[in-house]
Amino acid sequence: MTKLLDHPLAQLTLVRAREFLREPEAIFWAVFFPIVLSVGLGLAFRERPEAVLRIAATPELAEVLRSEAHLDVTALDASAARDALRTGKVALAAERNPDGTVAFRFDDTNPEGRTARSLADRAIQRAAGRVDPVKTADDIAREPGARYIDFLVPGVVGIGIMSNAVWGLGFSIVDTRRRKLTKRLIATPMSRAHYLGSYLIWRIALFPIEVVIPIVFGALAFGVPVRGSWFLIGALCLLGSMMFSAIGILVGSRARTIEAVSGIMNLVIMPMWIVSGVFFSAQRFPDLAQPIIKVLPLTLLLDALRAVQLQGVSLPSVWFEVAVMTFWLLTTFTVGLRLFRWK
Amino acid sequence: MPSGSDAHALVVRNLRKTYKDVVAVDGLSVEVRTGECFGLLGPNGAGKTTTIEICEGLTEPDSGDVEVLGRTWRSDTAWLRQKLGIQLQETQLSDKLTVVETLRLFRSFYQQGPTVDEAIALVQIGEKRNARVGDLSGGQKQRLALACALVGDPELIFLDEPTTGLDPQARRQLWELISQFKAAGKTILLTTHYMDEAEILCDRVAIVDHGRVIALGSPDALMGSIEMPPKEPRAHATTLEDVFVALTGRHLRDD
Repeated sequence: MTKLLDHPLAQLTLVRAREFLREPEAIFWAVFFPIVLSVGLGLAFRERPEAVLRIAATPELAEVLRSEAHLDVTALDASAARDALRTGKVALAAERNPDGTVAFRFDDTNPEGRTARSLADRAIQRAAGRVDPVKTADDIAREPGARYIDFLVPGVVGIGIMSNAVWGLGFSIVDTRRRKLTKRLIATPMSRAHYLGSYLIWRIALFPIEVVIPIVFGALAFGVPVRGSWFLIGALCLLGSMMFSAIGILVGSRARTIEAVSGIMNLVIMPMWIVSGVFFSAQRFPDLAQPIIKVLPLTLLLDALRAVQLQGVSLPSVWFEVAVMTFWLLTTFTVGLRLFRWK
Repeated sequence: MPSGSDAHALVVRNLRKTYKDVVAVDGLSVEVRTGECFGLLGPNGAGKTTTIEICEGLTEPDSGDVEVLGRTWRSDTAWLRQKLGIQLQETQLSDKLTVVETLRLFRSFYQQGPTVDEAIALVQIGEKRNARVGDLSGGQKQRLALACALVGDPELIFLDEPTTGLDPQARRQLWELISQFKAAGKTILLTTHYMDEAEILCDRVAIVDHGRVIALGSPDALMGSIEMPPKEPRAHATTLEDVFVALTGRHLRDD
């Protein structure tokens, strides 16, 4: 055991682990940030299953409208009802005109206002004796897998893998070079493959945390389904992690200062945060841009991950993503190694 | 090689290195005998660091020959890396690692050498063995750097300005350590711009300026060779510093 630990690759990997674990911020970004992001966005975009609309009505009408279960009716006089509508407290204000007709006040650009109007109208007509000529029945289907939170969780897993790999490697490599420690290390018999290999091994050690925590959290807290195999999800994430590690090596291959590498990182990461479909579907961008967006590293990872996790597809269905990610891994690693500034 | 690799640990002939339009090393030749402590002295920008980094195999010369322990960098890189101990100017070891972790890392690269505990004892840093590098004083960091240079039990040690920036106590402590290596029979090449350091530690020194050797010999011989101008009022005997200033001039060197 001691013999094994004294292997240079083991010692270099231990350096990676120690530098990470002794940096509290790094742990926050890797472990807690994805959860905070999922909770925050999940809460903001969660559906309200009891979709009750708040409306105001004059007292006599309010009695009638209370028969409608989907409306939360407040009895107010006409002017108070209009105030409530204007300040957004209610979606609709209903009042009885002197001639017996009913006036609905609402904003027709607000879907809630239009829905409230339909519901209120139906309740008033039925109370007055209308019988619907056609019987209808509701068949409620609330399908996990098609909600925003379901879309979001694989996205959070993807940006976690991307950010941690690119930032983790890029910063550490450039910081080591800036300290002239890279030069000191290559003045020893250390193998350069061991040096870069230690970064990859540490990424592999860390990636179950990055992947398992957000997926399990999503499943427990929001019921996000895991339909495909965990093994395939793990393999895709591992491939993604290696691909982004290679990109991190490329990003850090030349820069001498933290400022320089930060700029390059933002240039690489920011466009993918926006266009690769982390928070909303990449389909929203123009058709002309789709061929490019489709082959970006993060888009590939997210498309494959969502297909496997949410739709339960197997490997043959994501062969395109796997092939192009492998291409990215090999080319960026080769170029990064070629460009790497050791001195 | 005819020079005889037993007698010389390092042979440098006609070394040249140019960075863009700056000539850093301009036809420098020097021979370091096995077992001696040799000093490269010179003002800032004289070419000392470039020379030592070429000898360490970290920089490619434009022309000239370097023979280290009878071998060349072109043919025997892996062998030489095992046999040399190197301390670079301005290396910052990882702040988050402890002394013992740092040494264990460096020790793992070498096939043979002292144990980590022996290396710690050698540079007398035992009371700080579990301290983080970031919490060490300048002198302690420098002793750790020295220990990192020694963990492969090197035959030849390169020290680039080992005491720059240290307080007088720390400098003297480091001198003591270097004297011990010398006594143990190691060959040492060090650069410095402290004349007292060279006087105390070095068997021979080469004074370097503008990328060339302008004087070579033992500190005593060099101090005897210089006629000091009579108008220079001095309260002490000739020092290596006087020799240095007489040879390299009084104007300031900025880089």
